[in-house]
Amino acid sequence: MQKYFIYLSVILTVIIFIPLYRVLMGPTLYDRILGAGAIATKTMVLILVIGLVFNRLDMFIDITMAYAILNFIGTIAIAKYLETRGYKKE
Amino acid sequence: MIGLEHVLAGIIISLGAFFLLVGSIGLIRLPDFFARTHATGKADTLGIMLVIFGLILTQGFSINSVKLLVIIVFVALTNPTATNALAKAAFFRRQRPWFKKDKSLGKKEDQEKKEKD
Repeated sequence: MQKYFIYLSVILTVIIFIPLYRVLMGPTLYDRILGAGAIATKTMVLILVIGLVFNRLDMFIDITMAYAILNFIGTIAIAKYLETRGYKKE
Repeated sequence: MIGLEHVLAGIIISLGAFFLLVGSIGLIRLPDFFARTHATGKADTLGIMLVIFGLILTQGFSINSVKLLVIIVFVALTNPTATNALAKAAFFRRQRPWFKKDKSLGKKEDQEKKEKD
């Protein structure tokens, strides 16, 4: 079972690197933000699997929860800023 | 000694990793921003929920599995919400969705050539 999780973490690392193309080469700003969010959500799973490999899952779960909250707040803040930027009050 | 729950957990985790791979490829291959939001909003959320559910099966009934269940609920609520907020912002900033009759993008011209041939 331990060996399975090590292989799984390697595969997840490869999967995480794929949306980096969209972050670097994206045609619009929104594509870049979307790619960054996708990378962050996949990194949560990678952190959990690494915690299971090290047998310290109780510590890594708290890190994952903090990371999920930070990712959500960051994306919402950027979306709200982009939505109201340049808004003229009449 | 590998029990039945470990085999089941391995199958479910592999299925979740497959959905994560599909979401990543969709983020690369789809033609438009509004189409790419489908890849991260639906496929990624399902993949993460499946992988964490498999981790719950390996842990048994303990405080760790309850925390993992909290993470599942949080991800299921917040990941589509963030994607929806981003799509709404892009729509209000005059991003046009991609239609099949749209001639401004390069892929459509290739399709028209194929239709003429």
